[in-house]
Amino acid sequence: MRIGLFIPCYIDAFFPKVGIATLDLLERFGHEVVYPRDQTCCGQPMANSGFNAECAATEALFVRNFSGFDYVVGPSGSCVHHVRNNFDAIDQGAEVKEVRARTYELVEFLHDIQKVDAFPWARFPHRVGLHNSCGTLRRLKHARPSELHEPFFSKPIDLLSKVDGIEFVQPARPDECCGFGGTFSVFEEVVSTKMGYDKVSDHARAGAEYIVSADTSCLMHQQGCAERIGVPMKFIHIAQILNGESA
Amino acid sequence: MTITSESTGDASSMLHPELCADHDEAPTSPGGRRLDHAEGASKPMRSRPEPQPRGAKVNGNRPIDQAEAAARFIAAPEHEKMHDERLWDLRQKRDREMRHIPEWEELRSLASAIKEHTLTHLDDYLDQFETRARANGVHVHWARDAAEHNRIVHGILSDHGVKSLIKSKSMLTEECGFRQYMASVGIEVVETDLGERIQQLDKEDPSHVVVPAVHKLRTDVAKVFANTIGTTPDNSDVHYLAEAQREATRPLILAADAGMTGANFVVAKTGTFVVCTNEGNADLSANVPKLHIASIGIEKIIPRLEHLAVFVRLLSRSALGSPMTQYTSHFRGPRAGGEMHVVLVDNGRSERLGLEEFWTSLKCIRCGACMNTCPVYRRSGGLSYGATYPGPIGLIIDPTFNARKYSNLPFASSLNGSCTNVCPVKINIHEQIYAWRRELVKRHEVPLAKKAAMIAAGELLSRPAAYRAAIASADVALAHLPRFVIYNGLNVWGKHREVPHPAKHTFHSWHQANRGDRL
Repeated sequence: MRIGLFIPCYIDAFFPKVGIATLDLLERFGHEVVYPRDQTCCGQPMANSGFNAECAATEALFVRNFSGFDYVVGPSGSCVHHVRNNFDAIDQGAEVKEVRARTYELVEFLHDIQKVDAFPWARFPHRVGLHNSCGTLRRLKHARPSELHEPFFSKPIDLLSKVDGIEFVQPARPDECCGFGGTFSVFEEVVSTKMGYDKVSDHARAGAEYIVSADTSCLMHQQGCAERIGVPMKFIHIAQILNGESA
Repeated sequence: MTITSESTGDASSMLHPELCADHDEAPTSPGGRRLDHAEGASKPMRSRPEPQPRGAKVNGNRPIDQAEAAARFIAAPEHEKMHDERLWDLRQKRDREMRHIPEWEELRSLASAIKEHTLTHLDDYLDQFETRARANGVHVHWARDAAEHNRIVHGILSDHGVKSLIKSKSMLTEECGFRQYMASVGIEVVETDLGERIQQLDKEDPSHVVVPAVHKLRTDVAKVFANTIGTTPDNSDVHYLAEAQREATRPLILAADAGMTGANFVVAKTGTFVVCTNEGNADLSANVPKLHIASIGIEKIIPRLEHLAVFVRLLSRSALGSPMTQYTSHFRGPRAGGEMHVVLVDNGRSERLGLEEFWTSLKCIRCGACMNTCPVYRRSGGLSYGATYPGPIGLIIDPTFNARKYSNLPFASSLNGSCTNVCPVKINIHEQIYAWRRELVKRHEVPLAKKAAMIAAGELLSRPAAYRAAIASADVALAHLPRFVIYNGLNVWGKHREVPHPAKHTFHSWHQANRGDRL
């Protein structure tokens, strides 16, 4: 398959390793992975603040960059959620609809499209707490959220449990929001950081060495919170574990 | 690899010490029975109780600064911790009840469908109710807005020479500023719900639609009661306080000239209405005096009694994690020698019904589940919203009352969506919060600096060359990237958390160096 690699802005700037792991991982499955060099952002920061018209040019650029691929894959749940579910500042022509429908978050792609049954190269002998970001959990439906009376499932757990040596710990509030929330993180920075302190403390009490997530934005916030209050926690994107990074 | 599918937190360990009955260990009578007399169970409170943080500063029409009030709530750690844990405990109890009902999700869909049907045939069902209620001997009044509601109730009370009124908790009367109005016309109002009575005595609004004083520690209540009903200031024993309040309020209830309730549900076909409480206080309000007035929002209506069963199964489970409210009282008509009035109130509901993106907020049954689960609400306190309705449902209802005053509220959310999932009538709360942000931008109700920053971000992000130049190196990226989210020029990100570590290179430059051949 020919895959367009979607690297969100903050991953590009602060977490290039996450982008590299995503690229490597997709190539391990034999795909032709193309990184369109003119990509910038999906428009989510403006859209989440209510400024939809201000997203139009950014969304149009996204479509120009990612048109014509079999799939567009990005290692960030909230960005993919924006593209798929809220990306409506521009006219919804056939090309736009096509790009939106073909855009997948990495875990979804590996679980639902690639249907991976093994990661023989991966070994991660650590105790990890899984952080399902709200975008992946309640919008992209990576897993059953705790509020719903539905059968349990979890795509990230399905994938991670194929990694040798990994051990999961269960925090007391497994799917409480960590407080990132995009612009919320600065608009309500006191509440946001309190939520972050509580989140990393909950994982620490459960015995996690690492918090793993499909959303680097949550991890960036949680890491900043953990460092500020002195919680000795490490953070890693799911792509890095699945690609065989062994810490 | 093992992971349990359900949260396994031990309920008692989840409780804040504030909630644990440490004072229950003593004293006991020689026979081993716990002393009933409340004073006997009292314990002195700690030496220096943390003062209660107060709510948002309200200044006319100016936008409420929820973040400022929330920061003050968090700066009172005993209050914030108790509040968060007490409400999270309600959420956990709700989850346990949910798991006992195999058809839970089906019930939610049914409840939502019944409400949507009724709301789209509202005129028919209201007519039906009015006809049946009149036939049952009930006086039915219609109020267009809060002022008309207050005038109508005042008129009824004047006709009967009423000097004192007892009432059960009703968010609608909060909407109408009813107590303040009654004070202005010299009629004494006594709230009969314990939490609401505490709030009344403290001259403070309810902070939650179901548990109105949930933001208060018992030391706060001790202080309020000491100042108002003469309890011992340093005694914060809950039994003592409850007993003292009961002793102080009962005589007022027995002597009242009229009683007032709200309603949880109105049944069109039978012309009846239903009030759910746990304290039985609505029954006191309705049944002790001869005159009973019920103030009811027009969205409370459901077609038939059989539909009530769906809501009764959902209401208390969602609200408090209990299977039923202690009292589910049906009111049909006046008692012999008595009089019953129903005031059906619009107060913005018809207008809301016409808002394409927001009309389903009228499905709300005021259970408060969205507040209990909301991580922002739990850490902010309900009074931080400075509005009648706090928490997630408030974020989407309050702007319909005043888009300028409540223009900040839809931004007081991380858009995590837990509210939508617990809502028993399936209101898409988080999507409406998102839609309100767009709406407020359209109506120019957001700060100009924010707008300028968003326009600049939109321009930068749509021009790849300019964008690349702006974040050419990691150091520069660190300086520029926060501009996507920061519009006031201060490094708000780093105030209470560390900034991300600079990377040696961007992904972009790595790709250029390592995979340049694949361009």
